[in-house]
Amino acid sequence: MSLTQIEVPQTRALPRQPRRQFQRSAQIVWTRRLLVFGVLAMWEVWARLAGNSELIAPPSSIVRALFSDVLSDAAIRGAIMLTLFEVVCAYALAVMVGLALGLAIGSTSLTRRSMFPIILLLYAIPQVILLPLFTLGFGIGPAAKIAFGFSHGVFPVLVNVVAGMRNVNPLLLKAARSMGARQSDIIRNVTFPHMVASFFTGLRLAMTMTLLGVILAELYVSTAGVGYFTKLFAETFDPAPLFALIGILALMAIGLNEIVRTIERRFTRWKD
Amino acid sequence: MYNTDVVTTAPTSGKVWTGNDIRDKKMDKDILKVGQYTTVSFEPKTCTGAIAPLFVPPMDAVWRAFIVLVQTTQFWAAVSTTLMTISQAYLIAVVLGILIGFLVTRSNFLVQVLEPVVSGLFAIPITLFFPLFILLFGIGPASKVAYGAAYGFFPIALNTIAGLAGVNSHYLNAARSMGLSSFGTFRHVLFPAAFPVILTGLRIGFFICFASVLGGETISSVSGVGRNIALAAELMEPARMYAWIVVVIATALVLNTLVSMIENRMRGH
Repeated sequence: MSLTQIEVPQTRALPRQPRRQFQRSAQIVWTRRLLVFGVLAMWEVWARLAGNSELIAPPSSIVRALFSDVLSDAAIRGAIMLTLFEVVCAYALAVMVGLALGLAIGSTSLTRRSMFPIILLLYAIPQVILLPLFTLGFGIGPAAKIAFGFSHGVFPVLVNVVAGMRNVNPLLLKAARSMGARQSDIIRNVTFPHMVASFFTGLRLAMTMTLLGVILAELYVSTAGVGYFTKLFAETFDPAPLFALIGILALMAIGLNEIVRTIERRFTRWKD
Repeated sequence: MYNTDVVTTAPTSGKVWTGNDIRDKKMDKDILKVGQYTTVSFEPKTCTGAIAPLFVPPMDAVWRAFIVLVQTTQFWAAVSTTLMTISQAYLIAVVLGILIGFLVTRSNFLVQVLEPVVSGLFAIPITLFFPLFILLFGIGPASKVAYGAAYGFFPIALNTIAGLAGVNSHYLNAARSMGLSSFGTFRHVLFPAAFPVILTGLRIGFFICFASVLGGETISSVSGVGRNIALAAELMEPARMYAWIVVVIATALVLNTLVSMIENRMRGH
């Protein structure tokens, strides 16, 4: 009697549970899509009826401008490639230098405790005030953008590498050392796998920051690159290609972020 | 200041100028020497060697420029403009961030719908939209207020959502079943439980706000600290630029210490 009473709801509940969850998540996804679509529709109507055409463009004309003005123009395509190149260079430099310095600083307690506070203090400085200095030092070409992007990207990597190394269980390090592992083996097989979560947090943050640095430097002063064209369109009150260009940059940001996340998933798979 | 030093040392060093190229070489050498001397005694950040020595003024010149700068009314006007801009932007970001975070967490469904939208928007660098802020709000402080508020809003809203949505539902059920009013629940259960996470958001939001207002002023503006730094650079007055930079760095470090002190004290309760 009591047995059946318990069993009956269980057997009935099992097939229903995933379905209800599925319905719920579909509901959430559709509400979200509806919301985004609604905002776009409102934007379209408002921009057509009441908006100032020098400041706001409706989404439909932004899409038109994307193909007619932005992507068909060889100069703008070159600018997009240049900005991408600057971001990739700055990011690669930031990751390499940040990882190397982080491993060096985090490897012993002495270096960490003496150097890490200095790094944190430097990290706390709003670097954008040094932007004119970068322009003076590296000129108005891509070098200044790469350098500025690097200076933004290197700190998140460095800080997260040091923080991640600190979180490695000392027991594992001791075990590896007592079994005769060399320093390089320890870094490769013990430290790295355990700091990978923290490291990738730093990598993702560094990607956002590098992009931020490159775009800031381009907006400040440039003769090429996406920042130059966004500034140009904004100053000539031509909002449709401006929004289209911003959309491309936003897609670039999301795409680069997704690449880093895919790599992260590959490297953290062993933990599951 | 530095320029005149080099020009006077070149002729008095006893060499006769035979042509422009020789003079240039001589000058380059002197510049290099002075540069090496000054960079050694200067802040480590400029020691990278990549920055041309011409743009690294001697420390005493920076100090003198700082003394002159502090006595001008222009300095205090710029500082007060920037402080006003930052406080307005931060105030807007805090009020909107906490309000929207609170409203969103009133329903579990809304959290699941909106949280990915907000965090997805935060992944896009808002700096991209900076020309738009200039377009919409003009070149004065209003565009920096909007820009700083937009930047500061996201971490505050996201952390408020995370904090309030992360409160253990057992606590809320217990409070409700013991007859606590909804305001009482908020005052004694919800808010204290979410407070540490919200506080982190407030701290991150403040520093993002600070940096983005200065950045906006540097890129395109008519007044404020950032504008003055860019102006000093454009006018080739490195000593004055460094003096400004030192002021901002000192302010940032003091604020950082202050904020972590406040945070530690509030967490202590």
